[in-house]
Amino acid sequence: MSLPVRITVLLVAFVAVAVGAAFIVVHYLLASPPTVTYNASGGVVNLMLQEDPQNDSSSKPDWVSYFVQDPNTKQWVHTTLFSVPKATTVHVTILGYDGCTPPRNNFWSLVQGTIGGTVNLSIVNNKGVATPTRRVSVINGWAGCTVGHTFAIPALHLFVPVASPNAYDSANNLCGVSPCTSGPHAVESFSFRVPDHAGVYRWQCYVPCGGGFIDGNGGPMQTIGYMTGNMEVRA
Amino acid sequence: MATPEAPAARAPADRNHGLWIFLIWLPLAVVADLLIWFVWKPHLPPGTMSSSAEHQQFDIAVMAVVAAPVLLFVWVYAGYALVNWRHRAGDDGDGPPIHGNTKIQATWIAATAVIVLGLFVFGTVELIVPAGAGAGEGPAPIWQPNTSHRLEVQVIGQQWAFTYRWPQFGGMETSELVLPNNTTVEFHVTSLDVIHSFWAYQLGVKADANPGVDNVAYTTTKEPGTFTVRCNELCGLWHGAMFNYGHVVSAAAFQSWATHWEAVQRSKGLLGMLPPYRLTYDPTVIPQLGASIVKIDGITGGAGYYYPPQDPVTP
Repeated sequence: MSLPVRITVLLVAFVAVAVGAAFIVVHYLLASPPTVTYNASGGVVNLMLQEDPQNDSSSKPDWVSYFVQDPNTKQWVHTTLFSVPKATTVHVTILGYDGCTPPRNNFWSLVQGTIGGTVNLSIVNNKGVATPTRRVSVINGWAGCTVGHTFAIPALHLFVPVASPNAYDSANNLCGVSPCTSGPHAVESFSFRVPDHAGVYRWQCYVPCGGGFIDGNGGPMQTIGYMTGNMEVRA
Repeated sequence: MATPEAPAARAPADRNHGLWIFLIWLPLAVVADLLIWFVWKPHLPPGTMSSSAEHQQFDIAVMAVVAAPVLLFVWVYAGYALVNWRHRAGDDGDGPPIHGNTKIQATWIAATAVIVLGLFVFGTVELIVPAGAGAGEGPAPIWQPNTSHRLEVQVIGQQWAFTYRWPQFGGMETSELVLPNNTTVEFHVTSLDVIHSFWAYQLGVKADANPGVDNVAYTTTKEPGTFTVRCNELCGLWHGAMFNYGHVVSAAAFQSWATHWEAVQRSKGLLGMLPPYRLTYDPTVIPQLGASIVKIDGITGGAGYYYPPQDPVTP
């Protein structure tokens, strides 16, 4: 093989490796779900979340996932990153479309860290009929088909079990297209105080809900954009 | 006419080098050890918040006191050799022949043997006397504190948080670790999922948290204050964020805190919802659910199984 050919082959190989490495870095390592920005009105932020039994991604469509609603467009964004201003009160509403999975540790059935230590809860069945809203401090995930996931910000000692549709609906009528707009679901709301300084606070689900993974701890449990993410507190 | 070079100055052959090295080394070693013991030791981690922390601080200081003279001897010898036995201009002669010196060899072997064996004995005593030195001793600890008045705290690791159960307070569970001062604590460390490690840094307590294993560690609190609890075993995405802070408070404050939370959890029915207190848990079965739980996405199964044996099928 002549020298020019060898040099050409070497250069082509080098470029191929460089392009491949750049693709991996950009596509996998630097890729991040978008951050939804919430602003306060009168010191209050209204945060809307939903958790679904599946998601709208092409690569992992069967992973359970949270979605965050864009406060401006009201569109659901497939992300678990959101930002709020510091020193505000966040009113959270979670639409729980996913079915029940008992918490591995039933301690997470206790509502902790919300204002008043309670959540407001209503269950909407497959016919769209909602139960009256109840204020509860415990949702016993081991008493039956009651809890789907949790929403927790450990650094703020905020631990909230998120209710699921009832057993029949969990087994038969779950929403099948994400983001969910219809189907049986829980409507759960609560409030918590945001620290008065900027920072990034991870949040996560404490129900190991990665179906098909060892003890349910893999997949969506370990991936930002699905069942865990960050709350950025802005200065 | 060429002028012959003046003969190069050679190191004095008749000097007692061993004595000189010793005389240089001795004050340096004494000063270093005094600095270590009286200046450095009070600031050495992990501090003095507990008996195990105190012992670890003491151990590190003792080892530093032993190591410093050895290190200084090597440095002094090297420096002395550089100054006295370096090559000098015009000195092209051979060096003196090297002979074995039985006295030096015997001294060296004896001194290093004493240091190594002494540290072996010291380390063993320091492991036994403070009841395991704050390390996990497994489910059947050999070394136990000589008091029967112990506060039992179960540490439960899970991705990604530590929670704590208190069998002497109705089996309540908390996400916060608060301990009374001047109290011997018996930690029972376990995990519900993967391998974690409970590391209460300022308490000098570190014990692996393995699923299905009860790992016991002891300490006695000595000072009120705040300590850091970290996971010390790579355990997944949020391993680095798996930390929080615990507190050593007065006995009265602890009693107030614990009884308050026990009452809160009793009133909310949580105590009845938690599994009976056990040293380990099998989270793959939830007896309370019986056969009522439905199977969804292969995660939950009938007969109370939480991840039936055929799952995971495709991790």
